[in-house]
Parts: sequence; structure tokens; C-alpha cells
Amino acid sequence: MTDTSLAGTRTAPTLRITVNGEALSLAAGVSVAGLLDHLGLPRRKIAVERNLEIVPRSLYDETLLSDGDQIEIVHFIGGG
Amino acid sequence: MNATTLEDDGWTVAGRRFRSRLVVGTGRYKSLEETAASIAASGAEMVTVAVRRVNLSDPNAPMLQDFVPPTQYTYLPNTAGCHTAQDAVRTLRLAREAGGWNLVKLEVLGPPPFLYPDMAATFEAASALLADNFEVMVYCADDPVAAKRLEEMGCVAIMPLGAPIGSGMGVVNPYMIRAIKAQAKVPVLVDAGIGTASEAAFAMELGCDAVLLNSAIAHAQDPVRMAAAMKHAVIAGRHAYLAGRMPRDYRADPSSPTTGTIR
Repeated sequence: MTDTSLAGTRTAPTLRITVNGEALSLAAGVSVAGLLDHLGLPRRKIAVERNLEIVPRSLYDETLLSDGDQIEIVHFIGGG
Repeated sequence: MNATTLEDDGWTVAGRRFRSRLVVGTGRYKSLEETAASIAASGAEMVTVAVRRVNLSDPNAPMLQDFVPPTQYTYLPNTAGCHTAQDAVRTLRLAREAGGWNLVKLEVLGPPPFLYPDMAATFEAASALLADNFEVMVYCADDPVAAKRLEEMGCVAIMPLGAPIGSGMGVVNPYMIRAIKAQAKVPVLVDAGIGTASEAAFAMELGCDAVLLNSAIAHAQDPVRMAAAMKHAVIAGRHAYLAGRMPRDYRADPSSPTTGTIR
């Protein structure tokens, strides 16, 4: 996957992570906040789990993703 | 009789007061518009919601929160679809982060076709959630021993099934629902199984504090009208319970005077 919007330079090392079961390649050094911006998700309405640990909203900016991270991003939908 | 004797000042769970004794789910509607209209017609103040993965391919899809605002309704996140204690606890921790509230509905389900509450897993999840400061309203079997144990653990509401989820079979074991209510010091809600208004009224006549339902409204031919029917049914059932029904007898007992008839 080519993604210059996040990467900075084309030679930057890439991360391979999994988001909601889908493989994704990102530039190294991307934070959770950067991932959410990349995906176009409004962070007010969601929750993020990284490798089975909740990432508190207040830590989105400083939490950097690592190669192999398993990310879950959830929200509320209709249910009984 | 004056108006004050007809008042019902509602019920309280985990320190939160609700006037409506109807709690409704937000699933299985044809559209979010229909969801919003039905919930408004039901008069419910608390709604259950599910926690699911965001659709990454359509991040701007309309969201439940835009139609059923959490500022207007108390969201009760559930663990629908969870078949292990770990999944349920994980789901509710995410719900707490997404919504910022501790009041949750725990349900850990056994396999199809009954999705009957898995009580061993329910106890395990309840224990972990209570230790993590959640306020747990718990879906459970119509088992008075299990219900009492959940209450003693610290669950804030006991919610035995009337019948399997989405079955529309009504309250199939009313004696045990009554027994669970009679021994409980926390609210008891019939959760699951209600199919139509008379069954919601019946659950309330058993003395339950509230009724939780979803499919009965969402799968009615006219969900908005059924939502209104459920609102009235729950009110009627509560009044009937408080009024105290007359005794049953297989023999007749005439309502009109037996004397003074013409000859």
C-alpha cells in the first residue's frame, strides 16, 4: 500500500497492523490519533483497543503504533 | 379516588430514577429513522445498544447516536453476541471508553438455537466487571438461586428471560419470575421473550419493576404503533399489579344483586 499522506517520505519504514481484522500498512511513527485521521473516523464516538488493551482517548496522540499491532475500533450500533 | 392514588413514581436502578418502566432495544429496525420514531413512541428513557466494529469502508455512515441521542436517552451497552466471559468483559470495557458510563447490560449466551444464558460464564464476567467498578444489570436464567447469587455479588438489576431472545413466546415460566421478584432487593426486569402488549402487561402484573424488549416492537408490522402499545401495556400492567387482582374461582359469582328480580 502506498500512502504518502501519512508517511512523510517514501523510504520511511512501514508498519503492518491489523485494524478490525483488515491488514493495513502505515508509515512508522504513526499514533492512534494519526490512524483515526487516516481512516476519517470521528474520535468522539468510538473506542480503540490495541492488543487487547483499551487506549484512553486522552492518550491517542502519544500512543504510537508498533509493527504487528492488533487494533479494534468500535462504536455503538442498534442492539437489544 | 383522587389522582394521586394513580401515580407511579417510577423505579430506580443504581441510583438513577426512571419514570418509564419500559426499556427498549435499538436493534433489528429497518432504518435508523424507524428506530428513532419507535423509541420515541415507546416512551422509554433507557435503551440498550450493541458494541461493534466501525465500518472502515464507510466511516461517515449515519450513526445510531445521531438518531437516538445519548443526551436524551440512557444508553445501556450490552454484550450481545458474546459467548465467553472474556469477550463480554472486553466488550463492556470498550463501551465504557466509547460512552463514558458504567451502567451496562451483561449477557453471556449459550449456543443457538436457544441462546440461553450461560450462567457459569455470566458469573465469571459479572465478578470481573463488578471488580472493575461497573454497574451490572444482568440477563440471566429464570433460576431463583442464580438470581439471588448475582444480587449478592453486587449486580444492580436482575433480568431473567421471559423466553429465548427474539422468540416472542412471552413469559413461559411466570411462577419463577414471581419468585425471583419476591426475594429480590434490587430491580427485576423481564428481559427477552415478550411478543406482544398483553405479555408485557403480564410481566408487569407479576410485580416486575420494568420490562426490556426489542424484537416485539422492531418485528411488528407497524413498529411505531406497537411501541405505543407497549408503553400503555407496561403502565396498565403496573397499575394492575398495584391494584391487586381479584381471586380466581372456577365458579360464577354474579355481579348483579340476586334479590329484587321481577316475578
